[in-house]
Amino acid sequence: MFMTEAFAQEAGSAGEGHGDPTEGTHSETSGGAGGHEAGFPPFNSEYFPSQLLWLAVTFGVFYWVLKNVLVPRVGGILENRRDRIALDMEAAERAKQDADEAQAAYEQELAEARERAHSIGQDARNDARSEADAQREKLEAELDARIDESRARIVAAKTAAMGEMNEMATDVAETILRDVVKVDVSRTEVASAVAETRG
Amino acid sequence: MATDPTDPIHQFDIFPLVPIQIGGLDFSFTNSALFMVATAGVTAGFIYYSTRGRGLVPSRLQSMTELTYEFTANMLRDAAGTAGMRFFPFVFSIFTFILVANLIGMFPYFFTVTSHLIVTFALAMMVMSVVVGYGIKKHGVKFFNVFVPEGVPAVLMPLVVLIEIISFLSRPVSLSVRLFANMLAGHITLKVFAGFVVSLSAFGALGVIGSILPFLMAVALTALEFLVAALQAYVFAVLTCLYLNDAVHPGAH
Repeated sequence: MFMTEAFAQEAGSAGEGHGDPTEGTHSETSGGAGGHEAGFPPFNSEYFPSQLLWLAVTFGVFYWVLKNVLVPRVGGILENRRDRIALDMEAAERAKQDADEAQAAYEQELAEARERAHSIGQDARNDARSEADAQREKLEAELDARIDESRARIVAAKTAAMGEMNEMATDVAETILRDVVKVDVSRTEVASAVAETRG
Repeated sequence: MATDPTDPIHQFDIFPLVPIQIGGLDFSFTNSALFMVATAGVTAGFIYYSTRGRGLVPSRLQSMTELTYEFTANMLRDAAGTAGMRFFPFVFSIFTFILVANLIGMFPYFFTVTSHLIVTFALAMMVMSVVVGYGIKKHGVKFFNVFVPEGVPAVLMPLVVLIEIISFLSRPVSLSVRLFANMLAGHITLKVFAGFVVSLSAFGALGVIGSILPFLMAVALTALEFLVAALQAYVFAVLTCLYLNDAVHPGAH
């Protein structure tokens, strides 16, 4: 009480010094805390206890409500949003990764398919070529065989013809010698002579 | 007194609504107390109402609450670091309480709680007692490093410490007087100019014309006072954060 009284007096004297705007009331202010009509309301100590009490009560309750209800509430909302955004970002990241993987798999599969198609074509080509080769070889072998056979037949025919020609020449020579020249020669001698002449 | 409607002091009068006398002291529920209750109620109610949707995507009102919340949180984190965040509910309470008290005072016929020195001084003393109380509880004697800046020559040390102590003790005074004086002066100026309009208008047509200038002045001052109301709440809160930094990190300034 002493403090506030002194304060009020100080306020009053300050008012005196500067010419109190509310005339004639500063004397009451100087009268102390008990004064009913103080000069300048902010320095009127009469209601100091009341203001302090009600400030303490209202601010105390206000602080308690904020600390225990409202700050956690707003903080929770913000936290929630931050978590949600982080979670969504993570999901997006994961989806992007999945997409990347899918694309890589697709590309790999495409490359494999292309390779497979290529090898199938190659195989078909190879098969066709080898089949054609085989057929040609077979045909060639057949033809060769036939040529050989023909050649053999020709040789045989030639040999036969040659044999017959020796026989005929021997006959002719024997006949000439026996019938025209009247030389008696044996057939064997004629034959060897013909053979010698023909080489 | 206060029968004159143009009296600029009248708006600061306190009168009991519910007289309460305890032990010879007057604890009446006054108009000031009513507006304190209104301030706390409006603020808490607004925060509660605006966040009722708990929207992932905030509504406009929820955005206001969230912006104020994050604004205060950044202010405190910048000033006092992460360790200072334990005081967030306290700083948030002070900031919103003073802000809303100042803004409610802008309504005509409403009482401005913060235009009384005892109220702002009580708030400032509350801040200082939190600073000193927490500082000593947390750091013990080391808290008094606040008064001993580093890198000062030993010869000058007593002088510097004396200055630091005086500056520390003057903090609650400057903190409370700044807010109080701004609100008081602003409201008086506003009332004086508005009073000119009323007084001049009583002198007929010429008076009405003459009252245009003070009227424009009153309009401009109203805008200024809204700025001051927000700014002073901000200044009070910022200084509270800076002082709390001393409690959290003594000797670090």
